[in-house]
Amino acid sequence: MNDIADRLAGASTPALAGLEPYAGFAAKTPYLASREEKRSRKLCASLEEAVRKAGLADGMTISFHHAFREGDKTINDVVAALATMGFKNLTLASSSLLSCNAPLIEHIKSGVISRIYTSGMRGKLAEALSHGLMDEPVNIHSHGGRVALIQSGELKIDVAFLGVSTADDFGNANGVSGRSRCGSLGYAMVDAQFAAKVVLLAEEIVPFPNAPASIRHDQVDFVVKVDQIGDPSKISIGAARITSNPRELLIAKFAADVVEHCGFFEQGFSLQTGSGASATAVTRFIENRMRKRGITASFALGGITGSIVDLHKKGLIETIIDTQSFDADAAESLRTSPRHLEVSTNQYASPRGKAAYVDQVDIVVLSALEVDLDFNVNVITGSDGVMRGASGGHSDVAAGANLAIVVAPLIRSRIPTVVRRVNTVVTPGECIGVLVTDHGVAVNPARPEVAERLKAAGLPVLSIEELHERAVSITGEPRPIEYLDKVVGIVRYRDGTVIDVVRQVKG
Amino acid sequence: MNIVRDSIAGTLESNDLLVKVSPAQDEGLELHVNSEVIHQFGAQIEAVVRETLSRLGVTNALVLIEDKGALDCSIRARVQAAVLRASDATGIDWEALS
Repeated sequence: MNDIADRLAGASTPALAGLEPYAGFAAKTPYLASREEKRSRKLCASLEEAVRKAGLADGMTISFHHAFREGDKTINDVVAALATMGFKNLTLASSSLLSCNAPLIEHIKSGVISRIYTSGMRGKLAEALSHGLMDEPVNIHSHGGRVALIQSGELKIDVAFLGVSTADDFGNANGVSGRSRCGSLGYAMVDAQFAAKVVLLAEEIVPFPNAPASIRHDQVDFVVKVDQIGDPSKISIGAARITSNPRELLIAKFAADVVEHCGFFEQGFSLQTGSGASATAVTRFIENRMRKRGITASFALGGITGSIVDLHKKGLIETIIDTQSFDADAAESLRTSPRHLEVSTNQYASPRGKAAYVDQVDIVVLSALEVDLDFNVNVITGSDGVMRGASGGHSDVAAGANLAIVVAPLIRSRIPTVVRRVNTVVTPGECIGVLVTDHGVAVNPARPEVAERLKAAGLPVLSIEELHERAVSITGEPRPIEYLDKVVGIVRYRDGTVIDVVRQVKG
Repeated sequence: MNIVRDSIAGTLESNDLLVKVSPAQDEGLELHVNSEVIHQFGAQIEAVVRETLSRLGVTNALVLIEDKGALDCSIRARVQAAVLRASDATGIDWEALS
C-alpha cells in the first residue's frame, strides 16, 4: 500500500481534515506483527512489571474484589508490593475488607493508602479505623451502591487488581476452575468493566480460550501469574459460617414460619438469604414448607450457600443468581449447573444500572447488629460504637424486595439488639417489613396486612416497643456510647446519598 | 464474712463471668471489673457486685471480675459462690443469699 499518498492526493474535502492516512496493518497494533508478541503481550513476569505498565501513580485509585473473604491473599500482598515500590496517597477501593486485612494498618500509617471505599471492615483494621487511624473518613457503601458510585463518576478506578483462579494469556478468566476457586466473580466483573486498567493475578495460566470467561479478554490489560490468590476454605467462616447454635436455629425456624405465612410464599416466589448464621440457616427450614405447599421458587439470589444449592439440586429452586459464592458447594454448582448464573454486582443491585435482580425479589432474610423502634437497621457498628460489619447487599435488597425480614437474637451477650435508636443507620426502617427474634416477631406498622397474616398463623407477634422493653428488662438499660467529634466513617446509601456518619469512639 | 483464702467461681464463656476473691492486701474492699460491655454496663456491674458483697457482709477482700456479658442474676450467683468458697463461714445465712 505504498501508493496511499497517491490515492489520497488531490482529494480535498473538509471531511478528511484531521483523519490519519493508513500506515500499515500493525501501525496501531504493533504486537500483531509478531507471532509471539501477539499471544504474550499481556503477560507480565512480575506484579511490579504489571504495575509499571499500568501506569499507576501516587494519588490514584486501586481496586480489589473480596470473594475470598477471610481467605484473601491478594489485597495485602499487592498493597505491600506497592508500598515497597514507594507509592503514596492511594485510594483503596476494595469491594470489602475483612479481619484478614489487618496488615493494611501499617500501609495506612505510612501514607501508602490515604482514602478507603469499602462495604465493610472487621477485626484489628476496623478497630484501628474506628479509633481514628485515617485523616479521611472511610466511605462505606453497599454492593449495589459501590457500582452506583463508579457509575456516577465519584469512584474512578485507575487500576484494578483482580485475583482469579484461572486465566488464559489474553485474560479470559473465571473463579470456577483451577485450584483456588472462589466461585462467582460478581464483584470483579464490575471492576473489569469500569477500571481504566485491569491487572489479573492468575493462579494458573491455562490454554486459550479459557471458558467460561467471567472476565473477558476485551476488558483485561495485563496478566500476572501468582502462587496463590486465596484460600477458598476460609470463605465460609465469620459472617458466612454454618451454625449449629440452637438459638440461631430457633430464630431461623421462626423466620421460616414468617416466610411461609407472609403472603409471598407462592408458586414461583423468589428468595434471598443474607449472610449471618440465622439468615443463612433459614434455607434449611423452608424445604418441608415448600413441599407441603407443593411450590417451587423461581430463583434464589445472593450470596449463595450450599443449602440454597441443595434446594436447587432437589428442583425446589429453579435458578440461582450468584454474585458471591459463600462456600465450595456454591462454587461447584456454579461450575456445573446451567441454571446457576454468575452475575456482576451491577446486575445484582446497582440502583443506577438499567435493572437489578434485587428489584425482582419477593422475600429477603437479612441479619442485623441493631434494630431500632423505627425499624432502622445497623449492620456496621457494634454496640460499643466500633465498626465491625459490612453494609453488603443489605440496603440494596431491602429496597428492592417485596418483603424484607430481619433476623437477630433479642440480646447478644448482655447487649439488647432492639434499641431506641441504632448507633448507625445502614438500611432505613421504611424498607424493613418484619423483625424476627428469639423472643417474638415484630411487624412494621406500615405493613398491617403482613401482621394480620402472621397473627392468623399463630406466630408470636409483638410490637417492636414490646420487644425493646423485654430486652431491657433482662439486660438493664445500657449507657450510651461516648463519641468524639471526628467522623471516621461516612455511610453512603445505595444511591450515593449520605444516610449516616460514624464518629470516633472515645477511649 | 471473712475472706481467708483464694477462690474462683464462674467461667469465661459468653454471658458468664469469672470471679476471683482473695484476702484483702490492705484494709477494705478492692474491686476490679473487666468487661466486654464495660462502656454500656460497667457501672451497673460494679453496683451489683458491691451490693452482693455488702449483703454477704464482706468488707475486706480483693475481688477481680472478668465479665463476658453476664446478666445481673449470673453476676450475683457467681460472686456469692466465690465468696462462700473463700470464706471461713460455717453457719451460712441462706436468706441473705436470696
